Amino acid sequence: MNQKKEAFKAAFPHTIPVMTGYLFLGAAYGILMNTKGFGIGWTLFISVFVFAGSMQYVGVTLLTSIFNPIYAFLLTLMVNARHLFYGISMLEKYQGTGKFKPYLVFGLTDETFSIQCSIDAPKGIDRNWFMFFITLLDHIYWVIGSAIGSLLGYIVNFNTEGLDFVLTALFVVIFINQWKSTKNHIPALVGLISPIICLLIFGQDGFIIPAMILILVILTIFRGKLEGGMEE
Amino acid sequence: MTLTPVQTLITVVMMVVGTVLTRAIPFILFPSNKKTPTFVLYLGKVLPYSVIGLLVIYCLKGVSLTNPPYGIPEAIAIVCILILHLWKSNTLLSIGAGTVIYMLLVQNLII
Repeated sequence: MNQKKEAFKAAFPHTIPVMTGYLFLGAAYGILMNTKGFGIGWTLFISVFVFAGSMQYVGVTLLTSIFNPIYAFLLTLMVNARHLFYGISMLEKYQGTGKFKPYLVFGLTDETFSIQCSIDAPKGIDRNWFMFFITLLDHIYWVIGSAIGSLLGYIVNFNTEGLDFVLTALFVVIFINQWKSTKNHIPALVGLISPIICLLIFGQDGFIIPAMILILVILTIFRGKLEGGMEE
Repeated sequence: MTLTPVQTLITVVMMVVGTVLTRAIPFILFPSNKKTPTFVLYLGKVLPYSVIGLLVIYCLKGVSLTNPPYGIPEAIAIVCILILHLWKSNTLLSIGAGTVIYMLLVQNLII
């Protein structure tokens, strides 16, 4: 019990930026669903079980057009293809997580991944519970945000424009932390420049998968140089 | 609502299955009780560094450099985060200040 409590206390501060972002983006999702005629039941159901920010936004268009489950499935794979990289990145870290593993994998959103891959449990803290609470807290924020938006969206009247930048800021800060943690900056630069090139060529709706391929190709070419050079 | 409740449910289930698959495939292909190919282990070491860069660009994908405000609010906010974070190394401070600066900029409350 104490072990759990300690892990929770250690995990919580790392999730505060995600809390801000998820409460806001979740609320925006709840409001959007409401305007499309979906009440709190559907909104909660989707936020609990899909738990994928951008996919849920894309999903609104699926739910408001002609019934086409195959297209819905394929579109989900396309939009979430970047998650494949998270899984590959977490293979080692999620090894030995036992009963926690299915949930940790299920909850591997952009934001949860960014915390899990960049932060280790402090000394003396159970790492399984630590990683579990990070995922669970993020999940709870997202669901609560959706519920707030669905129920109370119409009374929010302070200007929230730009609040979603909190997640961009989170990724920028993690990028800086990672940059400082290693002397080898090639993977970080590859990850920054490849999507810019692909964004210019393919535009914002189709650049992610070409960018993933380009990153893989470049990392493969540089393998000899980068292998074993990442840990400092 | 154009879909029936059953059709809505099926569509949502498709979204769930698709999402779970993209997250679980690497773990299914490379289970921990089998030896993972060294190339995949190598990717697991370098990809985290690349993916965060990808996420930054993913967040900024809608920014237009040819139309006002030309990505200036994003650029200013990110430069502020950089300076603040290299100076104070306080994650929450950097994220909070960067977000507030960005909100003030896009809501035209400063400048």
